[in-house]
Amino acid sequence: MTQDLHSLARMLMELDDQMVACMKCGMCQAVCPVFAETMREGDVARGKIALLEDLAHEMIRDAEGVQQKLNMCLLCGSCAANCPSGVKVLDIFLKARVIVNTYMGLSPTKKAIFKGLLTKPALFNSLLDVASKFQGLFTKPASDVIGSSCARIQAPVIGGRHFMPLAKKPLRKLVPSMSTRPGKSGYRVAFFPGCVVDKIYPHVGQAALRVLEHHEVGVYLPAGQACCGIPALSSGDKESFDQLVLHNLELFEKEHFDYLLTPCATCSATIHEIWPLMSGDKKESLRDRIQAMAERTMDIGQFLVDVLHVEVPTQGSGTRVTYHDPCHLKKSLKVSEQPRALLRSNPTVQFVEMAEADRCCGCGGSFNLQHYDLSKDIGAQKRNNIVASGAEVVATGCPACMLQISDMLSQHGDRVAVKHFIEVYAESL
Amino acid sequence: MISTSLISAFQTLLGKENVLDSEADRHSYAYDAAVLEPVVPELVLRPTTSEQLGKTVALCFENDLPMTVRGAGTNLSGGTIPTKEKGVVILTNGLNKILEINEQDLYAVVEPGVVTAKFAAEVAKRGLFYPPDPGSQAVSTLGGNVSENAGGLRGLKYGVTKDYVMGINFWNAQGEYVKSGGRTVKCVTGLNISQLMVGSEGTLGVFDQIILKLVPPPVASKAMLAEFDDIDKASQTVAAIIAAKIVPCTLELLDNATINYVEAFTKAGLPTDAAAILLIEVDGGHEALVEDDAAKVLDICKKEGARRVVLAKDAAEKNKLWEARRNALPALARARPTTVLEDATVPRSQIPAMIRAINKIAEKYRLQIGTFGHAGDGNLHPTILTDRRDKEEFHRVELAVDEIFDVALSLGGTLSGEHGIGLAKAKWLEKETTRATIIYSRTIKKAVDPKYLLNPGKVIGG
Repeated sequence: MTQDLHSLARMLMELDDQMVACMKCGMCQAVCPVFAETMREGDVARGKIALLEDLAHEMIRDAEGVQQKLNMCLLCGSCAANCPSGVKVLDIFLKARVIVNTYMGLSPTKKAIFKGLLTKPALFNSLLDVASKFQGLFTKPASDVIGSSCARIQAPVIGGRHFMPLAKKPLRKLVPSMSTRPGKSGYRVAFFPGCVVDKIYPHVGQAALRVLEHHEVGVYLPAGQACCGIPALSSGDKESFDQLVLHNLELFEKEHFDYLLTPCATCSATIHEIWPLMSGDKKESLRDRIQAMAERTMDIGQFLVDVLHVEVPTQGSGTRVTYHDPCHLKKSLKVSEQPRALLRSNPTVQFVEMAEADRCCGCGGSFNLQHYDLSKDIGAQKRNNIVASGAEVVATGCPACMLQISDMLSQHGDRVAVKHFIEVYAESL
Repeated sequence: MISTSLISAFQTLLGKENVLDSEADRHSYAYDAAVLEPVVPELVLRPTTSEQLGKTVALCFENDLPMTVRGAGTNLSGGTIPTKEKGVVILTNGLNKILEINEQDLYAVVEPGVVTAKFAAEVAKRGLFYPPDPGSQAVSTLGGNVSENAGGLRGLKYGVTKDYVMGINFWNAQGEYVKSGGRTVKCVTGLNISQLMVGSEGTLGVFDQIILKLVPPPVASKAMLAEFDDIDKASQTVAAIIAAKIVPCTLELLDNATINYVEAFTKAGLPTDAAAILLIEVDGGHEALVEDDAAKVLDICKKEGARRVVLAKDAAEKNKLWEARRNALPALARARPTTVLEDATVPRSQIPAMIRAINKIAEKYRLQIGTFGHAGDGNLHPTILTDRRDKEEFHRVELAVDEIFDVALSLGGTLSGEHGIGLAKAKWLEKETTRATIIYSRTIKKAVDPKYLLNPGKVIGG
């Protein structure tokens, strides 16, 4: 074991240059949603970095204890955005998860999901198609406004969750593929809906496509898209992540386009930031291709406002709509004004800000599965802010946030609809 | 090693979830914000009620466990680094209730774990003002602020934490309850123990409740930024403003090195050839009065030789002027891996001499040092940029720090304006004071803490 820890330490020393930049000031305590609930130093960025440093310098023996702390993180990036010394916290944590989790091994469940399913899109999709037909047997509708469901009978996996059901028909069945030429906009984009939009919110994908068609933007939507890779990577499974990156890269490289757009904050941030970040071990030619794809990747709202310069009139009146900033849009990609501008552009919308609009909703992808109680406590704060704003609709730019927010509102019986900002914008066209 | 039976006694008292004994948990309380070697505690305890806190202290006393109380762990002098043998950390973040904000009698009662900025915001909601604003206020706790006698940007006009402490109730080393001070403006009952507790860095008692003074807030403020091509002129300007009987609420200085680091980081168009920038803000209870003071300060800046003065017209412009000061530490911190943030303080008239000496020291030891700080009260932050992994360079840093203190003392200054003595500066304490001072302090310590269990080794060593 001593020998083992020694080689783990050596691998972690690769991160030493980045970790040493943390001056242990502790300012991350002010913004970390997990720390706000647990109040434990090991759960905040400073504590995690200190523990990784101890592991790298062989000052601590309990690697599993450090791994648990490392996984106790939403990867929301609030700490990095607020760090006085600019520590690249997400880079450190993702790379450390790969090192530590590769070392400690994936759990059998994760191995089955990532290696057996996620990297095999055809199999994954057909399984979920079957599931969508039978889900009604085990679940029942929970909220008509939100469209959520809950367990019909006692079900350990679902627990008390109010979740969004799988769509009757996923986006890839509704719109199997597309390849249209640019109209008067002069732009042609590739469209990457992402797993959650495809399987749960196909209408968000359809709204996005309607908006692009309205603005006469040519669209390349290839069949056979796979997951962007972030669930695998955040569990430390670099091998599956690499497979998914390569699969998508080759698929999208088949045709020419100006931008790769997604309606998912997490997918955008992953392709734009994480793909290049994790490509250091690749050949230069592949690295360049990944970099080129990353640079062209953009959130759909950012594209509409910053590239197309769609007209955005000022405040309308009617339905009260508020906006939740997904961490991966605001903190990772610095996109926050564009979605608001698109919401305001709908003349039937009265836009209202909620308190702490950029506070994490607590979803954090698989964090929600591993630490549901904590995720729920963090989500409750978001729910309270949404309700206090008096909004009838909460819009956001990430389908994962939509799932979490729907769960929170539905469990409280709140009659607030949850939408993607692109739906609200599409309604105005 | 702490016995399992003692650990279960703590678990019975505090609940299992509030007794942290795993290796990973203990390792995450081994450090604070000071650049010092970490010390891993044996146990981390998190009481959530006053009664639990008292019993925790008593149990530690009975079992001879040295106690280090920790709020947010932002200490810059190692005051919250636990003791080497059998050290226990007592967390206060479970004691974070504001017990009372009294708008008629202008005071508040808080538990030690309340976060400074949250408290200030609650007070502001009621139209009142708690002025101390240490740089870490977004996370720092009031218990920590009082223990360190924290300062901030408003020191010159509004004073520091000690000026707002009306009373402290605390547990002594044995876990008995001691009350000092009170809720009245005037109170001469008994010894003035609360002021002895202020700045005692956890060596004399464990705070349970703190009574803080509140004041009415200013209604108007006005900010300006003045550039100087000579540090002496900047300093004379500070002296002239005060001589004109104007006390600005903020009088911040950035030296040439800091201006250059900030500019490299923000590209905001700062004057990189200026010797110094002064950020000056005046505030007060009446709009016209503030306008009048601002105009006078503007004149003084020009008369004393500022080459350019920009007056903010509105809140947005004021915010922009503050940008340079706000980015001082972030810019310096990004330049090199390790940031050693000092707080040697001199009488304000000695600022030019101090900055010149710091620059000479930087040259002598081939180090990068940027200096910024509170020009109004002479509290400077010479910030040494280094890499603690480079042993040879870090040795030069230590020599430079020694010399910075020597110069500060020779100019009639002090080792620490607001960061505390802790572990980092305890060895220099005698230089500023006398041997008798140390012995006197240790005698007090020994009398109230005969087993030396309250944060031993901090401030007065021993």
